[in-house]
Amino acid sequence: MTSARTLQLRTYALLVPAILFAPTGNVLLGKGMRQIGEVRHYSPAALGGLFLRAFTNPWIWLGIGCLLMFLVSFMIVLSWADYSFVMPVLAITYGVAALMGHWVLGEMVTPQRWLGVALISAGVALVTRTPSSSKVQE
Amino acid sequence: MRTALCLVLIVFGTTGGEVSVTHAMKQVGEVQSFAIKSLLGFLRRALRQPWFWLGIGLLALNFFALLTLLSWENVSFAIPATALSYVTGALAARLLLGEHLTPLRWAGILLVSAGVALVTLGG
Repeated sequence: MTSARTLQLRTYALLVPAILFAPTGNVLLGKGMRQIGEVRHYSPAALGGLFLRAFTNPWIWLGIGCLLMFLVSFMIVLSWADYSFVMPVLAITYGVAALMGHWVLGEMVTPQRWLGVALISAGVALVTRTPSSSKVQE
Repeated sequence: MRTALCLVLIVFGTTGGEVSVTHAMKQVGEVQSFAIKSLLGFLRRALRQPWFWLGIGLLALNFFALLTLLSWENVSFAIPATALSYVTGALAARLLLGEHLTPLRWAGILLVSAGVALVTLGG
């Protein structure tokens, strides 16, 4: 049995990369798909061509790699942590996405959206004050 | 009617899928060593769990239900509905996985859910 303190440290050591990999993967997929261009035709030949272009685009593969890394971190952390702990904490990715959009892509983020990010952060702050695994006494 | 059906499938797919994956990981057992060899062993055992594949199937269902809904509904209506999955997720963790949710954790989850609704709502 691992001590509660080690478990809490391990939980964060996996949640932090998960929180960074998920939005990064989505941004990379978005960048790749934008290079490929908007889908206008839905004939089998057109869709076949689309898949071929998607799977030969390096950004798409980088994006898939990031999302796979996210899935693996998610799986490892759930081998000991509560789902009801991991699920709300991962919502902080909405905040990371808003910051990435604002700083990296120069997107406008509305006050309503910042308010939502503030609520999510407050909620995550509350959840992280509870033990990450209810099977371990802290 | 079809909108309601898609919303049910989205929420059910997310919660059902993630709860199944969680159950599979608890069956595999706690990761104790972070050496590459033992992590690969963990992944190999995870991929042999039927619950893991059920979970991935349900997450795929959630993905396609969302795509289908987006073909006629606005993004600003469809995506905030995912906020509901935080509440169903908490209920499923309590009822299906037997996790202990303190009032503090419930309060946090409700705040997160409200925040996700605000972030994803248009405007």
